[in-house]
Amino acid sequence: MEIVSADVAIVGAGGAGLRAAIAIAQSDPSLKVALISKVYPMRSHTVAAEGGAAGVIRAEDSLEHHFNDTVSGGDWLTDQDAVELFIEDAPRQLTQLEHWGCPWSRTPEGRVNTRPFGGMKIERTWFAADKSGFHILHTLFQTSIQFESIERYDEFYATDLIVEDGHCRGVVAIEMRSGRVFLFHAKSVIVASGGAGRIFPFTTNGAIKTGDGMAMAYRIGVPLKDMEFVQYHPTGLPGTGILLTEGCRGEGGIMVNKDGYRYLQDYGLGPPDPWPRKKAMELGPRDRLSQAFWHEQQKGNCVSTTYGDAVLLDMRHLGEKKINERLPFVRDLASSYMGKDPVHEPVPVRPVVHYMMGGIHTNIDAATPIPGLFAAGECACVSINGANRLGSNSLTELLVFGQRAGLGAAEVARQVADGMPAGVETQGREAEARILGLFDREDVGESVAGVRNAMTASMEEGAGIYRTEEAMQATCDLIGQLRERVAKVPVKDKSKVFNTDLMGVLELEAMLDISQTVVHSAIVRKESRGSHQRLDFEKRDDEAFLKHSLATYRGADVPEISYCDVVITKSQPAERLYGGAAEAAAKEAKEGGSGEGKAA
Amino acid sequence: MREIQLEVLRYSPETDSEPRFETFQVPCQEDWVVLDAINHVKDHMDSSLTYRWSCHMAVCGSCGMMVNGEPVLSCKAFIRDYPDKIRVEPLANFPIEKDLVVVMDDFMEKLKASKPYIIPKEEKSIDDGEYLQTPLQLEAFKQYSMCINCMLCYAACPQYALAPEFVGPAALALTYRYNKDSRDGGKAERAHMFSKSEGVWECSFVGACSEVCPKHVDPAAAIQLGKVESAVDYFKSFLMPWSR
Repeated sequence: MEIVSADVAIVGAGGAGLRAAIAIAQSDPSLKVALISKVYPMRSHTVAAEGGAAGVIRAEDSLEHHFNDTVSGGDWLTDQDAVELFIEDAPRQLTQLEHWGCPWSRTPEGRVNTRPFGGMKIERTWFAADKSGFHILHTLFQTSIQFESIERYDEFYATDLIVEDGHCRGVVAIEMRSGRVFLFHAKSVIVASGGAGRIFPFTTNGAIKTGDGMAMAYRIGVPLKDMEFVQYHPTGLPGTGILLTEGCRGEGGIMVNKDGYRYLQDYGLGPPDPWPRKKAMELGPRDRLSQAFWHEQQKGNCVSTTYGDAVLLDMRHLGEKKINERLPFVRDLASSYMGKDPVHEPVPVRPVVHYMMGGIHTNIDAATPIPGLFAAGECACVSINGANRLGSNSLTELLVFGQRAGLGAAEVARQVADGMPAGVETQGREAEARILGLFDREDVGESVAGVRNAMTASMEEGAGIYRTEEAMQATCDLIGQLRERVAKVPVKDKSKVFNTDLMGVLELEAMLDISQTVVHSAIVRKESRGSHQRLDFEKRDDEAFLKHSLATYRGADVPEISYCDVVITKSQPAERLYGGAAEAAAKEAKEGGSGEGKAA
Repeated sequence: MREIQLEVLRYSPETDSEPRFETFQVPCQEDWVVLDAINHVKDHMDSSLTYRWSCHMAVCGSCGMMVNGEPVLSCKAFIRDYPDKIRVEPLANFPIEKDLVVVMDDFMEKLKASKPYIIPKEEKSIDDGEYLQTPLQLEAFKQYSMCINCMLCYAACPQYALAPEFVGPAALALTYRYNKDSRDGGKAERAHMFSKSEGVWECSFVGACSEVCPKHVDPAAAIQLGKVESAVDYFKSFLMPWSR
C-alpha cells in the first residue's frame, strides 16, 4: 500500500470537486490538495449539462423571485436558509466563472445573456449555447491547472473513507494504471463524486455515475437524505436516453402528443397561449411534465418508437438560424442518434432519469455530521432542491457549495495537527485486503451485467415516475437479494493494470447500496410530493411528511429510515400553481394584499 | 438485428509480449454505435475487455479509438456506416496501457504547458461584474474552445507520429483560443508554445487533425493563423522593439 499525505483530499474532479480545489488553492496555497478522480477531470459528467446555470442578473428579476421559484419548485421540501444563501451567492459564482474565461453567450452589448428555463418567473439561466456544462467543466479544469498546490490523481478509483477517533482522516483508492492501493492520509476530506443515475436502466447519466462517493459516506455512517426523490427529465431520446436540454423549450419549442395536441394544458399548466411565457405549459417544472407524459401514455396518446412510447418535441417554428445559434448540439444529437433534424421534423422524446435530489446529508456549510468530512454537488443534499430540482440550479449549486466545501475543509485542515494516527494506516490495510480479496471469489455463474440488469429493471418498475406500495415492496425485496448475489460476482480479469472488471464489481456494490436507500426511503413516504408520486397516496401530507428522510446504513440489513425537520424561514407551504392558475392566484393575492406564492 | 465480426486489439502488459487481435461475433441493433457492440462483448462475452467510456453522447471525449483505421469517437461511430467486419484498435501514436486504453500523460503535459487559462489583461473585481465581450469578440475564439480533449487529432497527425515532441493540434488550438480571448493578456507567456521549434512551425499542414475533429474545432486553422501571428510578432520585434 502506498501512502500519500495531503492536507485536504477531494474525491471527484467534476464541477464541485474542481471548484473546491480552486477555493482551497486560492485561499491558502500552503495547503496541499489531493484531487482524486476515477476519470480525467474533463470526462466528469458535469460535461454533459447543456442548458445553463441560474443566477439573478437581469434588472427585472430579483432574489425573491429566484427564492420563490426554487422553494415552490421543490414542493417546500427545500431548506430555505440554504436556498437564501444559494441565490445570493449565485450571481457572484457565475461572474467568477466569466472572469475565468467561460464563454457565456452574450447580448449585442456584450453583457452575459440569459434564457428562460422551466418553473422560472424571469429568465435567469446563463448559458453557453447548449454546451454550458461542457464549458463550465473545462473552464474550471483549465483554471485549476495553474495552481501548484493542487496535486491531481487522475484515474484513481476511491473505495473507502477512513474515520479515526470520529474524524474523517483519509481516502483509500486504487490507482487504475497499476492496480496499487493508495492510502490518502488527510486532515479533511471532500466528497464531490456526482450522482447515481446508473441505478436506473434509462438515464441521461454517463457510465461513471454509479454513486461511489454517496455509498462511501453512507457506509461510514453519514445518512443519505431524501433519496426517494429522483428527477425524470421530460425530454430524453428514446433508446439512448440522450438529453435534449430544457433550453429547447426555453427557446420556444413545444410538446405535442400523437394528435399534434399540446397536452400539457390538460395537466394544470395551461392555457397554451400566449406562448412562449414563463412558468407555464412547456416551461412548467420537470416533475409535472414527466408525470403528464405518464398520463398521456395511459390514455394511449403517445407515438410509438422502436424503444417504446414517446411524445414529440417540436422546434421547427424556431427556424434554422435560431436553432444553429442557440441549440447546435441538440440539432447534432437529434439528427445523429434519432435521425430527426429538429429544423425539419419533431423529435420523439420521453422522460428519462436525470438527477438525484437526495444525497449525502450536509448542513449549509457543506459539512456532514462526521467532523472533517464535507460533500458538495449532486452527491450531496444541502438541500436546495427539495422534492424537485429546478433546471439550471444544479450547475450553480456545485459552484456555490463546492467553494463552501473547499473553504470549510481548509479551515478544518488548519486546525488538525500534522502526523498520521496509527489507526489510519491499519484501516487502510484492511481496505486493501478487502479489495485484493475480491480476486479470490469463485465463479458460481454470477456476473456484473446480470446483477446490474436485474437491479436497473426493478428500480424502474418500483421507483419510477408513479409508485405503489406493491411495486416498491417487490423492488425492496429484490434489491435485498441482489446485495447477497453481488457478493458472489467474481473478478474474472486477474490482471492489475486498468482492471475495469474489478471496478465494475465495486461500482455495482455501491449502486445496490444506493438503490436500497432510494426504494426504502420511498416506500415509507406515504404521500405524493414533487418527483415522488404515489398512486396509493395521491396528496401531499405536510402534517406527516414535511420532513427530510434520512437513510442510515446498517450493514447487510436494510437501512434505517428516520426524519429531520425542513428549515422554513419565510415561505409557508402552499399549493404549487403554474400557468393560468398561478396568474389568477397572484392577482388575487395582490388585490388581497399578501405577497407572491402565499409567502408568509 | 445484424451480426458483425468485431476484431478487437487485445494487449495486457502482464501477460502479453505483444498486441494480438481477438474476434467476437456480435449481434447488433440497427441503430447501435461501435461502443454499444464493445459494451455487449464486455457484458456478455468477456468481462476483461478494457476501454474507456462514459457519456455516450460525444462530449466527454473518453471513447476515442481507431475503427477500421480511422480515429473516431466510438459512441458516435454508427455500425450502419461500416461493413460486417469492424476492427477496433487503441488510438494511434499513443502507448497502449491495456487493450483499447492508451497512456495520456504526454497529452496532459502538453495541455498544462499551453497555459490554458485566462491571464487577465486587466484585473477586475467580481463586484464590478462581468467583462464586456461582444458576440463578435466571442466569435473570435469560440470555435477553438469546443475541444473535448479526445485526442483524435493526435492519432491522425502525421507530424506527431514522427516527432512526439510536437506540441500537437489540440494544445495549439487551445493556446490560440486563450490568445484570441478579449479578456486575456497572456499571449507573451504562451509564445513559447507557438514559436519554439516544436510549436506551430513543426506542423506540415496536412490538415488531418481538422478532418477527424468530432467538434469541428479546426486546429489546422488555429495553427496556420498562429504561424502568421508568430511570424508577424517575430518581425515586429526587429522593427518596433518599443512595442514589445
